[in-house]
Amino acid sequence: MMLSSDAFVQRKAFWRDTRFLAVLFQVLFLAVVILLAGAAYANMVRGLERLGLRLQLDFLSQEAGFGISEGIAYTPGDSYGRAFVVGVVNTLRVGALGIVLSTVVGVLVGIGRLSSNWLVRGLSSVYVEVFRNTPLLLQLIFWYSAVMLKMPGVRQSISVFDLVFINQRGVYIPRPVPTGAFALWVWLLIISVVMAAGLYVYRRRIQEREGRPGFAGLWALGLLAAGGALGWLAVPGSPLVLDVPILQGFNFRGGIQLSPEFAAMLTGLVLYTGAFIAEVVRGGIQSVPKGQREAALALGLRPAAAMYLVILPQALRIIIPPLTSQYLNLVKNSSLATAIGFPDMFNVGVTIMNQTGQSIPVFGLIMASYLSFSLITALIMNWYNRRVRLVER
Amino acid sequence: MLERRLAVPGGPAGNPGRGLRAPALWVWKNLLSPWYNAVLTAVALAVLGAVVPRVWRWAVDAEWSVIPANLTLLLAGTYPREEIWRLWAAVASLAGLAGLSGGTYRGSARKWMTAAFLCAAAAALVPAAAPSRMWLLTLGGLLAGGFSLGRRVAAAFGPAWRRILGAMWMASAAWVYVLLHGIAGSAVFPPVPTSSWGGLTMTLVLTAVGIIASFPLGVLLALGRRSALPAIRWACTAYIETVRGVPLISILFMAQVLLPIFLPDYRLEHVVRAMIGITLFSAAYMAENVRGGLQGVPKGQVEAAQALGLSNARILWLIVLPQALRAVLPSVVGQFISLLKDTSLVAIVGLLELLGIARSILANPAWLGLQAEVYLFVALIYFIFSFSMSSASRRLERALGLGER
Repeated sequence: MMLSSDAFVQRKAFWRDTRFLAVLFQVLFLAVVILLAGAAYANMVRGLERLGLRLQLDFLSQEAGFGISEGIAYTPGDSYGRAFVVGVVNTLRVGALGIVLSTVVGVLVGIGRLSSNWLVRGLSSVYVEVFRNTPLLLQLIFWYSAVMLKMPGVRQSISVFDLVFINQRGVYIPRPVPTGAFALWVWLLIISVVMAAGLYVYRRRIQEREGRPGFAGLWALGLLAAGGALGWLAVPGSPLVLDVPILQGFNFRGGIQLSPEFAAMLTGLVLYTGAFIAEVVRGGIQSVPKGQREAALALGLRPAAAMYLVILPQALRIIIPPLTSQYLNLVKNSSLATAIGFPDMFNVGVTIMNQTGQSIPVFGLIMASYLSFSLITALIMNWYNRRVRLVER
Repeated sequence: MLERRLAVPGGPAGNPGRGLRAPALWVWKNLLSPWYNAVLTAVALAVLGAVVPRVWRWAVDAEWSVIPANLTLLLAGTYPREEIWRLWAAVASLAGLAGLSGGTYRGSARKWMTAAFLCAAAAALVPAAAPSRMWLLTLGGLLAGGFSLGRRVAAAFGPAWRRILGAMWMASAAWVYVLLHGIAGSAVFPPVPTSSWGGLTMTLVLTAVGIIASFPLGVLLALGRRSALPAIRWACTAYIETVRGVPLISILFMAQVLLPIFLPDYRLEHVVRAMIGITLFSAAYMAENVRGGLQGVPKGQVEAAQALGLSNARILWLIVLPQALRAVLPSVVGQFISLLKDTSLVAIVGLLELLGIARSILANPAWLGLQAEVYLFVALIYFIFSFSMSSASRRLERALGLGER
């Protein structure tokens, strides 16, 4: 670290002049970096020649010839590029679902750790400590090989209220299927969304004008729910029916099938990240000074209102940045899918690399994809962070 | 709080300490008091009632014999059996040093005696072979002996002793390396190739190397990122953000696959490649932790040092770094814990550390289908290490008066 002390520079020999030294130092630094990079490049060229490889991306349009067990439409006859896209979509699917579910788990457990109920507090603490202090990879392999693959066979499936079935081949959940009345219901829903937005603006204005809590979000949500429910009853027949998986012959028909790999991946990621998010949430709530709550109660707010209007908005500000890094971790950690055979981006990338030998471009693709996921998540969360941040004088 | 206490019928409103005398009152206050807590308790009990008996039944029926049968493999990998005393000796030296340090740095005597006693008790109770018991006893003795010696020497020599102790820790790294790796042509320490390292030993070696190598690198990167020189600042920022944006497994793969392409003239062992990958990865995270500490050092400190005429290097070494590093100690420990857990990823690139060796044990037809038993045991080992590290860090945090913002 160079500390600028220009104020003290008098007439000195030029080799003691900070400005000169700064330039010299940087030139030297860049020279070393360029030399190292050059040496690595020369080595790479020699190494690739020895392996008989050329650096180019046209292998992406060649036929892949390997199967991928799940994901968007793909056959072994498709190109390597298409195979990679399948992997990317699988990563995004696990990542998006994982983010939503781990937030739910994390918020519930984080609040549970602050509960006045001794049992809830204890259970939450045990959960957090156990899942935070063991490696995620171990947890994933455990869920996959010691739980999912040890599930009973198809005919002895574990049934949850006859809606969800779990067996060796994965988890079967019901699928909502739109009927003829669905379009009409969607129109009614759109109308209630518009009305809810109007109500939100109106309540906001009341809040600003009269200086008392307007609960704009709650009112709007309530109206939306009421509109949706009324529409559901008003349209002829039910707009959505559940396609429940049914055992037929040797397998289940209908519903959505989650592969054992996907189920293990999601369980592992959600439980692991949920434990970290719980700590983030707890830390955020605890960091709000006690006086804030006491002052709110002294002003006559009820405990729920104090929580909703005073404590949570301040806690949120502290929670958002570490929560962002947990989301980023979750997406990056989904690369561990390769250990249990879930075809995510990294797994497919490694397969492509093994088949084509093009390790450098494939690694470039993988790194660039992860970097752009990280960048997009960070941008969204930073935008949200700016919205909730304290506006300082 | 007060409100709730008053609401308890006949509760000891003015004397909460008495509450312990009445278990029923405790249950009322902690489990049932507002109506929703009663509901929560019921739900929690229902969940426990559904889960615990099943887990218990499973645990009783499980084939735990797989653990003692493979314990040596899990702890030491395929390290030659007649050389295992060297691993014990390494642990014993570190225990002695730990005892000395504990005695020097005003640790509470009771804690160290308890640790020594636990070691001895383990030695007496563990149904292991005789040498292991003897080594466990030695460990306890070294811990306790080191502690009392450390106290006396610290009282006699003062600060000079602390410097000697630091040097001893540094020397212990070389000593442990000699013990584990051996010296070519030596009769006492015949070389043990890294390919036969494994199990918990490999996990701990990878963690230790990662910690020791990534810490200075991380400090340098953090300083570079705050440098006034744009070329250095941008280079360090680019490195840190790139590494933090990609998963560790991709860096480990790169270290295995791409390093040999970029450095074709050097035959790097697999373990060394993994060490390089872990260090490069961990350094970027360490840099961000340290940067947080550097930002926390008030500007006035630097200005005061400049006014006193200290050179830049001295300001950094004597004023900035000591304050910054003290402030980031807890987050650095947290970083070490995740490093310990992250070493499990080298199992994916084919090294037999704790998780890798567990997988290879399960591939043996004799132990087919015992995944749950083996993985739970491995999880317990990881848990013991990282939980004790994190609770030590919390105690440290309190002792330093940090985290009270």
